[in-house]
Amino acid sequence: MAAAEFDIPEVKDTIEIPKLREGAMAHAKSFIAPKPVQDFMGYPHELGEDWKERALDKMGDLLGKYRSLKVFLDACVHCGACTDKCHYYLGTSDPKNMPVARQDLMRQVYRRYFTTAGKLFPKLVGAKELSKEVLDDWYSYYHQCSECRRCSVFCPYGIDTAEITMAGREILNHVGMGQKYSNEILGKVQKIGNNLGLPGPALEDTLLGLEEDIEADTGVPVKLPMDVKGAEVLLVTPSADFFSEPHVESLIGYAKVFHAAGINWTLSSHASEAGNFGLFNGNYETMRKVAMRIRDAALELGVKRIVVGECGHAWRVAYSFWNTLTGIGYGGNDPFSIELQKQLDHNYPQPQHICELTNDLIKAGKIQVDPSKNDDLVVTYHDSCNVARASRMGDMPGGQFIIPRELIKSVVNNFHNMADDTIYESTFCCGGGGGLLTDDLMEVRVKGALPRVTALNAVVQEHQVNFMATICAICKAQFTKVLPKYGFDMSMVGGVHQLVSKAIKLEVAEQAD
Amino acid sequence: MIFAGVFYIATLLLVAGLVYKIFDYSRTPAPLKIPTTPAPTTQSGVVYRMAKEVVLFESLFKSNKWIWVFGWLFHFGLFLVLVRHLRYFLPTIPEWLVFIQPFGMYASFMMVVGLAGLLARRFLVDRVRYISTPSDYLMLVLLLGIGLTGMMTTFVVHTDIVALKEFFMGLMYFDVQPVPTDPIILTHLALVALLMVIFPISKLLHAPGVFFSPTRNQADNPREHRHVAAWAARLDQNN
Repeated sequence: MAAAEFDIPEVKDTIEIPKLREGAMAHAKSFIAPKPVQDFMGYPHELGEDWKERALDKMGDLLGKYRSLKVFLDACVHCGACTDKCHYYLGTSDPKNMPVARQDLMRQVYRRYFTTAGKLFPKLVGAKELSKEVLDDWYSYYHQCSECRRCSVFCPYGIDTAEITMAGREILNHVGMGQKYSNEILGKVQKIGNNLGLPGPALEDTLLGLEEDIEADTGVPVKLPMDVKGAEVLLVTPSADFFSEPHVESLIGYAKVFHAAGINWTLSSHASEAGNFGLFNGNYETMRKVAMRIRDAALELGVKRIVVGECGHAWRVAYSFWNTLTGIGYGGNDPFSIELQKQLDHNYPQPQHICELTNDLIKAGKIQVDPSKNDDLVVTYHDSCNVARASRMGDMPGGQFIIPRELIKSVVNNFHNMADDTIYESTFCCGGGGGLLTDDLMEVRVKGALPRVTALNAVVQEHQVNFMATICAICKAQFTKVLPKYGFDMSMVGGVHQLVSKAIKLEVAEQAD
Repeated sequence: MIFAGVFYIATLLLVAGLVYKIFDYSRTPAPLKIPTTPAPTTQSGVVYRMAKEVVLFESLFKSNKWIWVFGWLFHFGLFLVLVRHLRYFLPTIPEWLVFIQPFGMYASFMMVVGLAGLLARRFLVDRVRYISTPSDYLMLVLLLGIGLTGMMTTFVVHTDIVALKEFFMGLMYFDVQPVPTDPIILTHLALVALLMVIFPISKLLHAPGVFFSPTRNQADNPREHRHVAAWAARLDQNN
């Protein structure tokens, strides 16, 4: 089905707050998941007679399990601080894409069925019956949120719309309105081991091909080992790194880093995916099942360290949730987590981000780099939302901003930040995160990218920036598709380890070994 | 005495409602670590972050200077006014309360200016108008009403504050005394009682809520400490 035609927004000099255009994006509907997909996930595939009861039951269940949901639905005072903070509002001017309005789609129902005021005076407090119309709004607008948490930075109570979106999608799944894109991927990763659905043998072929390419290119036999028992490091990376451009350039970069540093590492065919779309759907059990593959692979292979490749939401799940979900980390005193902890090397953080690893190696002089190899580039850095606002690197708060920039500056000579209110904790989402990276949401993606593109355009004009580095598979895929619509070359986006890959000195480090 | 009964009931509803809500928030688990980062890595850091949120409205300051100015004027003004009102509930008035008296009196202007600004935004900014429900306007009108009637008792028509204090001291010692009968103070008292009743069932729950907000009250230490909610820990055992 061809996507509907739409106008590409005009890129202005600065990010402007648009006037409301009600219903501007009401037509944007992601494809609904068909029966086989929903069956596998254990969800219905169509609305039953009792959909309303099921929805309210699920909502009650979630309200009892998640303090975030309960407090966030109660605490909002409609102050309006978040109204101009969402990239989807800025790009589409649809008022239901303002974070508070997106939350209110659920809050109106919460008030009607779960609060005294809403039961007694529904009109007064904006409470509303759960109707099919409301449910359709949920489906439409909970799939126009990338769960990027930018609004939560600016809310005086820290209300995080992502938590509401996740709950909304979970309820939608339970009444039979799952999203095709995310749920298909969740099927693939659980059946095959990665989001792209690449079986082990195909993966092995790919890795062999890459090894040949690297050797032809550099003359050095850099390996990409898979399923090596007793390796020191297990690298878990988004499966896009195996197949997509520009992702694969970063994978080559990781391999060169391990080679140059003499670290014995391996990939896993069982855990060939760092991404975890269970996060996007807000289902704890699904997220845990997907993450358990990594724990299982780590135990099976007996590795001492677990390192994560360039992927934003994967790093959120790895950094913030793996310890909780799977015991990958420290500080657990239950048999489940001790089993893995005693195997891990306590000299390193677990899990560790590839940027932490590479940056430490460069700083310690264990690998050598020549930044002049990247002199054709003027680089800027796009902070990916999940890395920026839902995780950390290094020992200090904000290390997630410092470490990737330190690493970039050690491998390139020309670097410029984008405007301050568009980076660090205020970074704008690429427009494709949170389960929206699908062609049926192209209009949402293109318009949602507008704030980032505006900030990028400014540094292109001012500093002749010609490369935007990022450490997220979704950002890379989104930008390569969307930037051309705004007149930029798709090759101006790539990973941080794509830059490392060009600058790293392979032979010198080998001699130092 | 109708007013005595009204205040006993209002106090009961306020306290019972808030205690229930706080109990409900604290018994609901936060199964995942979701602080909005960069976040403090220690518990004392979390206390500092929360203090900045509650006293200075730090996130709001980052977000929107107009809402911050009006919101902070209102809240800080209200705080001073409330402290000043302690003089009606304490048998003897301590030195510091005497000192704060004039500040408390003029803080009412801060409070009313802040409220008026917030109300104006609801009408003037299209985005805020879109999200406002009738209760959002009425809440501001109610608070303005409380502020303005209170100011009138101080600056326009003086209320018999000696009798007022006897009324409240009487309520506290269950020895009901007559309430002053001028219409302004009666309106002021009735509006305050109404506010007390709706506090625990309205968006005023943002006051206790902010302390329970997981994005603000969690330390950023998930790699070092395993954080598992009770309902989630059961999944580990089935493994």
